[in-house]
Amino acid sequence: MKKFIVLLLVATLGYFMLDAFFAIDFGINHIKDLGSVSAQYLVNTKVLKVANAVTSIVVNFRGFDTLGEVTVLFLASTGLGSVLFRKRKVHTKLNPRRTSTESSKILTTAGKILFPMILLLGAYVFIHGHLTPGGGFQGGVIIATGFLLLLVTFRKFAVNHSTLTWTEALAGATFAGIGLFGLTVGKNFLENFLPTGTLNNLWSGGIIGIIYVAVGFKVAAELTGILDTMLSITVDVEDEESTEN
Amino acid sequence: MNTLTVIMIVLGSILMILAALFAIIKKDLLVATIATSVISLVLSVFFFMLQAPDVALTEAAIGVALTTIIFVIAIKVTKRNEENN
Repeated sequence: MKKFIVLLLVATLGYFMLDAFFAIDFGINHIKDLGSVSAQYLVNTKVLKVANAVTSIVVNFRGFDTLGEVTVLFLASTGLGSVLFRKRKVHTKLNPRRTSTESSKILTTAGKILFPMILLLGAYVFIHGHLTPGGGFQGGVIIATGFLLLLVTFRKFAVNHSTLTWTEALAGATFAGIGLFGLTVGKNFLENFLPTGTLNNLWSGGIIGIIYVAVGFKVAAELTGILDTMLSITVDVEDEESTEN
Repeated sequence: MNTLTVIMIVLGSILMILAALFAIIKKDLLVATIATSVISLVLSVFFFMLQAPDVALTEAAIGVALTTIIFVIAIKVTKRNEENN
């Protein structure tokens, strides 16, 4: 009986979602209709001389939403850190994380070679956010996976949590500070006040590059903190299991 | 749309549906997590084929790498096999 009700609910939801999906006019060119919002965004992106239209919308025209998104990420990482606070053991060089076996030679050698390359790729993605596809969030996640490689490979690798906290706080304050600085010059909050350079140059787009660098640092620091917190709790559970046995 | 695009879309859709069924049916949670990451991988390729490279990069970085690793760590701390109720 319960399965029948669940199937009925899924069928009803599916019908209405498909109805809404087929009502969207895909493929219609809205650019000719200059009154629509999307056409205005594309026209103003060219005026602002930013090559990546998605970045200009995310950081400049809808910059306030990005500030909210960065806040949500901060709240998630803080919440996770506070929930797992008691089960976490702080690892330093003298008190390393004890795993069951030492990693193989291939993994340690390759990890040492790959880590700076992954950092370079992540930094490239968030520095060139206004030119190529990518941006702050993608670059930050790539840097966090680089740190994850080292955390999983080496037993003695420990990340200093106070450095992560300071980086995250300063990067978030930079983002909000640039927005507030726009108010002092006489424009709106998070509106562009620096001169826009030439198209396809690294120095173009005004404040967009600076904001994305700050977002890249913030996301990388947050995700590395989350991964380090989650990897630290495995040692406690192994200790409990070994004492139970 | 040439035939290569059509073949890629059809094969990718079949792979996604099979991986989703695999993720639900299997009792070994680690295998189910890898099946979920296969879904994210094919979705990232579809986003690129629909000419949205920013979304494809985000989905590849977060859906394949980060979500999978967080699930694997969570499975390591709790139990590995799903038990019947």
